[in-house]
Amino acid sequence: MARAVTNRRKAIVTVAAWLIAIAIFFPIFWIVVLSFKTEGNAIKDPLEVLTSAWTFDSYATVQERSNYFRHFWNSVILSVGSTVLGLIIAVPAAWAMAFVPGKRTKDVLMWMLSTKMLPPVGVLVPIYLIFRDLGLLDSRIGLVIVLTLINLPIIVWMLYTYFREIPGEILEAARMDGATLRDEIIHVLTPMAVPGIASTLLLNIILAWNEAFWTLNLTAAKAAPLTAFIASYSSPEGLFYAKLSAASTMAIAPILIMGWFSQKQLVRGLTFGAVK
Amino acid sequence: MGRIQLEKVTKSFGEVNVIPPLDLEINDGEFVVFVGPSGCGKSTLLRLIAGLEDVTSGKIEIDGTNATELAPAQRGLAMVFQSYALYPHMSVRKNIAFPMKMAKVPQDEQKRRIDAAAKALNLTDYLDRRPGQLSGGQRQRVAIGRAIVREPQAFLFDEPLSNLDAALRVGMRLEIMELHERLATTMIYVTHDQVEAMTMADKIVVLRAGHIEQVGSPLELYHNPRNEFVAGFIGSPKMNLLKGDTARQHGAATVGVRPEHIAVSTTEGLWQGKVNVAEHLGSDTFLHVNDHGLGSEPLTVRVDGELPVKHGDTIFMTPDTSKMHRFDDEGLRL
Amino acid sequence: MVVPYPVHSEPERPLMATQHSRAAARLMISPAVLLLLGWMLIPLCMTLYFSFLRYNLLMPGMEEFTGWMNYRFFLTDPAFMDALVNTLLLVGGVLLITTVGGTLLALLLDQPFWGQGIVRIMVIAPFFVMPTVSALVWKNMFMNPVNGLFGHLFQSLGLQPYDFLSQAPLASIIFIVSWQWLPFATLILLTAFQSLDQEQLEAAEMDGAPALARFWYIMLPHLARAITVVVLIQTIFLLSIFAEILVTTGGGPGTASTNLTYLIYMQSLLQFDVGMGSAGGVVAIILANIVAIFLMRMIGKNLDA
Repeated sequence: MARAVTNRRKAIVTVAAWLIAIAIFFPIFWIVVLSFKTEGNAIKDPLEVLTSAWTFDSYATVQERSNYFRHFWNSVILSVGSTVLGLIIAVPAAWAMAFVPGKRTKDVLMWMLSTKMLPPVGVLVPIYLIFRDLGLLDSRIGLVIVLTLINLPIIVWMLYTYFREIPGEILEAARMDGATLRDEIIHVLTPMAVPGIASTLLLNIILAWNEAFWTLNLTAAKAAPLTAFIASYSSPEGLFYAKLSAASTMAIAPILIMGWFSQKQLVRGLTFGAVK
Repeated sequence: MGRIQLEKVTKSFGEVNVIPPLDLEINDGEFVVFVGPSGCGKSTLLRLIAGLEDVTSGKIEIDGTNATELAPAQRGLAMVFQSYALYPHMSVRKNIAFPMKMAKVPQDEQKRRIDAAAKALNLTDYLDRRPGQLSGGQRQRVAIGRAIVREPQAFLFDEPLSNLDAALRVGMRLEIMELHERLATTMIYVTHDQVEAMTMADKIVVLRAGHIEQVGSPLELYHNPRNEFVAGFIGSPKMNLLKGDTARQHGAATVGVRPEHIAVSTTEGLWQGKVNVAEHLGSDTFLHVNDHGLGSEPLTVRVDGELPVKHGDTIFMTPDTSKMHRFDDEGLRL
Repeated sequence: MVVPYPVHSEPERPLMATQHSRAAARLMISPAVLLLLGWMLIPLCMTLYFSFLRYNLLMPGMEEFTGWMNYRFFLTDPAFMDALVNTLLLVGGVLLITTVGGTLLALLLDQPFWGQGIVRIMVIAPFFVMPTVSALVWKNMFMNPVNGLFGHLFQSLGLQPYDFLSQAPLASIIFIVSWQWLPFATLILLTAFQSLDQEQLEAAEMDGAPALARFWYIMLPHLARAITVVVLIQTIFLLSIFAEILVTTGGGPGTASTNLTYLIYMQSLLQFDVGMGSAGGVVAIILANIVAIFLMRMIGKNLDA
C-alpha cells in the first residue's frame, strides 16, 4: 500500500540520503577529477584543483610509459576466460544438482562452498611451487585456471539457484517430446536460464576482475592484470597522482558500469540465493 | 495400437513403498481415469507408464512390446502436464513443432500437422504468440496440440484441468472428450476430482495408497462399489455410512445410503432429524441433518429444489433399502 | 571443513529418478567435483607435508624432516600473536562498521525520497572498485599528510597534519576496507528491508507499537537472515585481506598492520621459508575452521528459518 508521506519528511530523507551517498561516492569522483589534471595541479588545494585546467595528458602518459592496454587486455582475458570456462564446467553440474537431486546433493553443494572458506594463503606455497615447476608463473593460462577454480563454487551455486526456479515439468515435457539430454540442455534449459546465466557471467567477471591475491602473487609483468599494474604505483616516484588517477579510472570504469547494470541480480548472486 | 499392460509393477522411493505389486490392463482406444485422494500414487503410476520414473520391479508392455527399459521418448506416448509445461521461450508454433523437430519430421509434414492441430484447437490466430501471452485455457490447448502432432499410441494427462477456473474446466472437459471421440486413441487421465472421473471415463481406476481399490465403468462403481472406500469416494455428495444398530438390522457392519436414495417427508418416515444446513442449488437442495439418533455424523440427503426447508426444521427420512449398500467389518461389500 | 550456510529445504519437485538420468547426472557433476577436489586436496597435502620440512628456497637441496619445529617457531614468534590480534581486529572492526552502518543506511534508503536510483548507484559503487585502486587512492589522495585531502583539510583548520597510515595503520586499513564493504552490506540489507511485508508493519502500528518497537520487534528479526549472510560472506573475504595491506603499509610499521595472510606471505615469498610459511598456512586453515564452526553455532538458528 502506498502511504501518504509528508513532503517535509521526504525532503529531510532526501537531504540525508544524498549527503551520505555523496560522501561514499566522493573518492571515486575525486580520482576521475584528478585524472584530468596535470600532476602539478593534482596535489593542490581541493578548490584550486577543481578550478585548474582540464587535460587528457595523464591518460596518454600512462599508456606510453607502461603499456597500459596490455594489462587491461590481460584483465579482460583473465576475467572473461575464467568465467566462461567456469560456466562450461558449472552448467552441467548445476543441471544435475537442480534437476536430479540425490541424497548427497546438499552435501556436495556445501562442500563446494567450503572450498571458498579455505584461506588462499594456506595453499599459496604449493601453488606457487607447482606453478614455478610447470612454468605457469606469470602466464595468463595459469591464472585463468586459478581464477576458474576459485570462482567455480560461486558459479555452480548461482546457476543452481537459478535452475531450481525452472519447473522440472518443462524438462520432462522435452524428454517426452523426444529430446536427448543434449537437446534438453541446449534447446530448453539454456534459453530459459539466459537471465540467470547472464547475471552469473556478469558477477563472476566482476569478481575475477577485482581478484587481488592470486593475481598479485602469481604474476610479474607479462600476465599482470590491472590489479597488479595499479599495485606497482604503491612505491611513489615523484608526482604521480594524476597518472595513478587516470590508470585507476580506466581500471574501474568498465566494472563499475557492468556492476550498475547488474545490481539487481547482484544481491542474489552474492548471497547464493539466500536473499532475494 | 495403444494397448498398455502393467504386470506386477512396483515402485519404492528408498524405503518407502509407493506402489505395491500392481496389475492393470488398458485396452486400445479406452479412456481410462486414475482417480484417488492426493498421495494415492496415481501420478506416480502415470509417470511410470510415461517412463519419467523407473519401475522398481515388474513389467510395462505397450502395444505388445516390453517398454519397461525404454526411454520416455521411445515409448510413443504423449503427455499433457498439470502446469502445461510449455516452453516459454518458443512461440506456440515452435512449441507444437518441437516434438516433430526432435523426431526429424520433414518440414512440409510439420507444417501440415501444425495447421491441422491449430485448426482443431482454435489456435490458428495465436501461432506466433509466446505462451506467456495466452490465457490458461489457450495454454492448455497448446499443450494438447503439442501432444497431438506426435500421433502417439496413447495420451497421458496429469491433472490437466486443475489450474483452470471452474467454468473453463467444464469446457475443456468436453473438448478432451470430443478429441477422444475423434482420434479414438487410448487416453490415460489422472485426477483427484471424482466428477471428472465419472463424466469422462470409459473405465475408472480407483487408487488408494498405491493399491487399486476397484476398476470399472463409472456406473459400475456407482452402483456396485466393491468396498466402503470406493463407496465413499464415488458420488457427490458423499454416501452416508451408518454403523451400529441400523447396520445390524441389515446384517452388516456398515450400511451405506446415497443422499439421493433417501425419501424425505415433513410428516412421517423411518428416521427423524433436524435440518442443520440447507444448501439450495436451485434444482436440488442438499440437507445436512443432525439429531437423527443414527450416529454422530450428520446425514446428507438430497431433496427437490422446490421443497421449502430451512435450518431448524424437523424432517422425516426413509431410505430406499433396495439401493442400500452393505459392508462387512473389513469394509468389503456383502 | 564445516560451512555454515543455508541450503534450501527438500526439493518439492518430483525427483526425475530414472537410472538413465541419474547416471547422466553423475557424469555431468564429476568434472566440477574432481577439479575442486584436486584444487583443494593436492595443495593442502603439500602444505601439510612442507610444514614438517626445513625447506628454504634459497637453500635448495637442504630439505630435511624437522618434526614440529616450524610450528614451534611460527607459533612462538611474537609476530604471530600480533598478526592474530590484528586479523581479529580487522575482521571484527569491519564487520561491526559495515553491519551497523549498513543497517542504518538501508533503513534510510528504504524511505521514499527524491533520486533513489542515482543514490543507490552512488552508494553501491565502492564495491566494484578493485582493492588495489581503493587502497592506493585512500593512501595517497586522502591520507597522505602533505598532499592528501585530509592533510589539506587539517591545514585549513590550522591543525597539525596527521599521518594516518603510520600513526594508526590498522585503523586506517579498517576504514578503507569498510568503505569497500559498506555498500555490500547496505545493498543486501536494503533488499531484505524491501521484502518486508508492509502489512505486518501496519498491523503493528494498528496494535499501537511505536516506531522503535516496530524496528526492534519486526524489522530486525526479519533482517536476521540477511545479517547472517552479510557476516558470513564478509568473514570469508575479510580473513584473506591482502592487497590493501600490501599497497598501503606493507604490514608495518613493525607488525602493526600485519594480518595472518600477510605474515605468511612474507615468510613464504619474501623470506623464501617454505617450511615456516606452510606451517603458518596450516595454522590459518585451522583458524578459518574454528571461525566457521563458531559462526555456525552463533547464527545457526537463523539459517534454518
